[in-house]
Amino acid sequence: MPGILLIAYKLLINDRAKFAALLVGITFAVFLMIEMTSLFAGILSRSSSTVINIGASVWVMDPAVQTVANTIPLPDYVLDEVRSVPGVKYAVPLYSGGALLKLRDGTYQSANVIGLDDTSLFGRPQMLSGNIEDIFAENAFIAIQDAEFYKLQNPHIGTEFELNDHRGVIVGIARVASSALFGVPTLYTTYNRALQYIPNSRFTMSYLLVEPKSPADVATIKAQVKAAGYLALTRDEFVQKISDFYMYQTGIGTNMMLMTLISFIVGLSISGQTFYTFILENIDKFGALKAIGAKGRELVEMILFQATFVALTGYGLGVGLCAALIWIARSHLPDYAAMITFGNLAMAFVMVVIIAAISSYVGVRKVLRIEPFDIFRG
Amino acid sequence: MARTAIEARGINKWFGEEPIRTHAVKDVSFEASFGEMLYVVGPSGSGKTTMLSMISGILRPSSGTVQVEDADIWSLSSDELAAFRLKRIGFVFQDYHLFPRLTTAENVAIPLILQHREWNAAVEEAERNLEIVGLRNRAPLPPVKLSGGEQQRVAIARAIVSRPDILIFDEPTASLDGDTGRNIVSFVREHLLTDQRCIVIVTHDARIYEFADRILRMEDGRVTGIERSQLDAQ
Repeated sequence: MPGILLIAYKLLINDRAKFAALLVGITFAVFLMIEMTSLFAGILSRSSSTVINIGASVWVMDPAVQTVANTIPLPDYVLDEVRSVPGVKYAVPLYSGGALLKLRDGTYQSANVIGLDDTSLFGRPQMLSGNIEDIFAENAFIAIQDAEFYKLQNPHIGTEFELNDHRGVIVGIARVASSALFGVPTLYTTYNRALQYIPNSRFTMSYLLVEPKSPADVATIKAQVKAAGYLALTRDEFVQKISDFYMYQTGIGTNMMLMTLISFIVGLSISGQTFYTFILENIDKFGALKAIGAKGRELVEMILFQATFVALTGYGLGVGLCAALIWIARSHLPDYAAMITFGNLAMAFVMVVIIAAISSYVGVRKVLRIEPFDIFRG
Repeated sequence: MARTAIEARGINKWFGEEPIRTHAVKDVSFEASFGEMLYVVGPSGSGKTTMLSMISGILRPSSGTVQVEDADIWSLSSDELAAFRLKRIGFVFQDYHLFPRLTTAENVAIPLILQHREWNAAVEEAERNLEIVGLRNRAPLPPVKLSGGEQQRVAIARAIVSRPDILIFDEPTASLDGDTGRNIVSFVREHLLTDQRCIVIVTHDARIYEFADRILRMEDGRVTGIERSQLDAQ
């Protein structure tokens, strides 16, 4: 490290009170920014859990659908129409709906029921115990072992429950990639059993899951489905549509962004103010350096180095603190929906760089204006 | 005859704009030679610190020239001027301006570090200079742990560490008691003044006049007289 930067480093860290205040400011701001955006990312991720877990390439739905949970049943003929579109390798129906279960002890519990195509079981979960073929057995359901599993009173193979006066039996325990958003457990069964057990409207298919013959066929499929009055979206498009709904058509996105902005302002205020005070307290030292022979560029380098060092250290501590908190929260609160993404980290990093830039800009202006003559004058 | 170290010709300095314009230094001319200890004395507000700043490349004069050997220092660019101060001039400020967050040795090493000397080598050299001023054992301490006189000597060690040929002292005894002040200036005269070095001291402490070769008196921004000191008389 060049000597001038080592001087800057020692000036910074040896003023422990200021250094601690600077670190606390940046760390706190980064922690809040990442925590807020992580919560939002977690919510968005869970809002698309069914899409992620089923994993179909293309989803066909009513154009009015806004989220995966907000299903609008499709008439059966749509299945035949989609299957007849050139470029479709196969298309299967999916049932997704809510049900009220009566558990062994007589309590009621809401659950999300996914009905898989009886022929292909497309979108089946990864089995942890039991066999997937047992889903075809009488009254068979597979329970998903996720954050909500305990709400089914931790069932095992053979556990019975009631669903609309029908007997249900757990024949397997499975897992999926992502837990659901709304805090209810999930059961998988066959499409036909889902229709049989759960009261339905005239139309019954929640979604059509389509596998194109090649990626190039997706455009044709989307166009043909649109011509039929429905909407075909790729998996990523559907996830984006759901995210957009929560981000722009509910208050969640706005509130989270406001909180993130407030965190940024708090961080900027604390760090900017502290850094400015730090520069002011050392202004005579910078003036002395200038008098001795330091060039203006070297003083600017010192300040930028100090601001960058504080910003990066605070950033690292903030990320670490946030990760630790999420880890602790998850170990105690299975429903805790927070997810640190590269996007969150990048956004917080950009904001920290802005905080450092604004703080150092004020300091640089002050230091460049100091005249060595002022040192002589005292 | 001694070589001329500093030659100021007709320097003036105005501060501010009309109607509150102040003429702080008025048409000052003088010379200082290598091997000479020149005092600039006068009452507060007489312009001596302003004049000192102009001859040391810190404050640009409104008019006039300052030659250090053959170079007109105010024709240099700001970076060249900074390099000039770093190599040729050692400053001892009135308030010392030591860095409380650095050790004493690191404080002394600053001019060398600004000259891009390697950190450890600079600190070792600084420790050797602390030995010259009798503070080798204080090297690892922060300056705040030192007495006023010791801090003054640390500032002197910092001023001489890069072997400058001009030393500038601003009120070196202002913060010291009489004996300590005299000891410091005596030490400077005895150990730091050589044929290759010119020392300029701004002071209004008459107790140390005896150590000067010449005394330049200022009043109201003008040089009112240059006189030989008692040393010359002896």
